[in-house]
Amino acid sequence: MRQRKIIPGVDPKLLIKDAARLMPDASRRGFLRGAASLGALTFLTGCDIIDGDTAESVLRRISEFNDGAQAAIFSRTKLAPTYPESAITRPFPFNGYYDEDDAPEVDGKTYKLEVTGLVDNKKPWTLEELHALPEVSQITRHICVEGWSAIGSWQGTRLSDFLERVGADTRAKYVWFECAEGYTNTIDMPTALHPQTQMTFKFDNKVLPRSYGFPMKIRIPTKLGFKNPKYVVAMEVTNTDKGGYWEDRGYNWFSGL
Amino acid sequence: MSAEAMVTAAPAATTIHPRWVRVCHWINALAILVMIGSGWEIYNASPLFDSLKFSKQITLGNWLAGALLWHFAAMWVLVINGVVYVTFGIITGRFRRKLLPIRLGDVIADMRAALTFKLAHDDLSRYNAIQRLLYLGVILAGVVIVLSGISIWKPVQFQELTALFGGYDAARYVHFFAMAAIVGFLVVHVALALIVPKSLRAMITGR
Repeated sequence: MRQRKIIPGVDPKLLIKDAARLMPDASRRGFLRGAASLGALTFLTGCDIIDGDTAESVLRRISEFNDGAQAAIFSRTKLAPTYPESAITRPFPFNGYYDEDDAPEVDGKTYKLEVTGLVDNKKPWTLEELHALPEVSQITRHICVEGWSAIGSWQGTRLSDFLERVGADTRAKYVWFECAEGYTNTIDMPTALHPQTQMTFKFDNKVLPRSYGFPMKIRIPTKLGFKNPKYVVAMEVTNTDKGGYWEDRGYNWFSGL
Repeated sequence: MSAEAMVTAAPAATTIHPRWVRVCHWINALAILVMIGSGWEIYNASPLFDSLKFSKQITLGNWLAGALLWHFAAMWVLVINGVVYVTFGIITGRFRRKLLPIRLGDVIADMRAALTFKLAHDDLSRYNAIQRLLYLGVILAGVVIVLSGISIWKPVQFQELTALFGGYDAARYVHFFAMAAIVGFLVVHVALALIVPKSLRAMITGR
């Protein structure tokens, strides 16, 4: 059984903060309610041909079809464009569904990354051990589901190297991440093995500040920002899709770029 | 008009719009409304212009995730229908017959006539210079909006296309202005269809 790893002092209610701004209904069902009977599109649904639930389930099914389409488009070797240092967006925006002041505060001294699921070695990793892994660097564009983008500089170790090191079964379908504040994320194995998918410990060659995800972020330049979890405390190699915080609320699961 | 075109245009006396044109037109109308309504809601999540936000009353999807689901569902309808329409338009010669040539002199003359309310719509099977310009223009805007949309959707996998638009951020502006062009076209197009109801009838019944 997996454990919840909510860091003491972090109020789970804060999780809803940014969500509430965007989302009229915090519940998972009904995120489209009212959506189909607005303004110029009244004729689509105004006569109850399509009720909210039907529209929602049809749209979800098309979104799943789009997951498959995106997986087919995804190239394991195609690299996200990289940029010179001069292109880095400064200050790089803090982004979360809570205020910067409410970002999780993880104690690096007691931190342990839990590695579970279809791996040979389930030993938890201390931050010191993680920092000792071979370092790679990338300057890539972070693209938010909202549309804005920013160029950042991230250093860390390749997730594919790490998975090999812990003896992960890379034939498994997914890698699932859990974060200090309870945020979760599932990615497909081909993306996990992409050469630019990184376990990130530094931003701009300095240890990740709290606002950018200390102690560890998963940087995936081939996916939208919300598929780049911060404050990661556990990962699991699995054949079960455990979904994710935003994916469960209606954002497309694959969300590839 | 060439002799060959005269022959193929002859049945136009009875049928102004063949069935494939009408089917594609109405599928496109539905798809484009969904794309615009959901696109406005997506735009609202991160507006390109501080002073421009779209009222919730006219957007589709209720919030960002809902709008994205609509947008990425209707895109298949828009693109598949658009490819069918453009392919038929080219291979049947309809585009060439109906939309070309567009001469600057004709455009100016017809513009002057339109502004003085003297532009005739007696023969629905023949487009005046302004109609030709607008219809060709909106087809091109459609091509641009799809390509810039793909650039925003897949700026890694299709990064060459994104680069063609000047990068991810620039592609968002291109996508926005292509939308604005299409909305501008729609305002004129719908207004004129209502002013000349037989043109609306022709797009439904074919004659």
